[in-house]
Amino acid sequence: MAISVDAPDVSAELCRKAGYTYTFLSDPNAEVIRRYDLLHPGAGVNGQDIARPAEFLLDSSGVVRWVNLTEDFRVRATPEEMLKAGKALH
Amino acid sequence: MRKLRWNWPIWLGFLFSLLAFMSYPLVFARFPVTRNVPWVNFLLFGVSATFLFLGLRRIFGGAQSFLGKIVSLILIFLTVSIFCVFCFVIFHATKQLPASIGAPKIGQKAPEFALRDTRKNLVSLATLLSTPLDPSHPSRRAPEGVLLIFYRGYW
Repeated sequence: MAISVDAPDVSAELCRKAGYTYTFLSDPNAEVIRRYDLLHPGAGVNGQDIARPAEFLLDSSGVVRWVNLTEDFRVRATPEEMLKAGKALH
Repeated sequence: MRKLRWNWPIWLGFLFSLLAFMSYPLVFARFPVTRNVPWVNFLLFGVSATFLFLGLRRIFGGAQSFLGKIVSLILIFLTVSIFCVFCFVIFHATKQLPASIGAPKIGQKAPEFALRDTRKNLVSLATLLSTPLDPSHPSRRAPEGVLLIFYRGYW
């Protein structure tokens, strides 16, 4: 998922063009999921290996600046929490 | 005096517990305010418990036939089981997540990857970080960051 957090116009631009460009990527063999150590073996609805929920905010050089590894997969980070983390990128 | 077979409070208690259980994935899990702490479902279980209590009084008040009592006890057992399963899922099962100690931490560089998007194009992290989102914008700046959201996939 790619998001551009542009502090000077974030309030205006967010409303205008929804602020996000959602890219959905497919990791069918869980290769990248394993690379990020997020594998949840057998937890899929058909017993397949899936990812545990996690969000990472990276800065423009690819360094992790914010991580949300939920303790309970029912409780997710809200858009507000993610935006706050995004704004703190500056 | 004709002994009653149907103990309607017990049946209502059972039905409310079914409702309390099923409405979570079907309705209330969609909204964080009712998903994170399933208070509506606990309220419905409370209603169920109230009906069970009323029904218990009927059983011990001698108004039920023997068969009716057996049915009622089975229903009570089922209702309590439904509640226990619900609590198990909410308080335990959804917390069973792998430790993921190897996941990238703050300050670390996120591992590179290249995966296909919904149009089957190969997209790499390096591309995501460097491609301007809005080519028509005068600054044509690369994104200031990328939010990676890993999700379970089936709900």
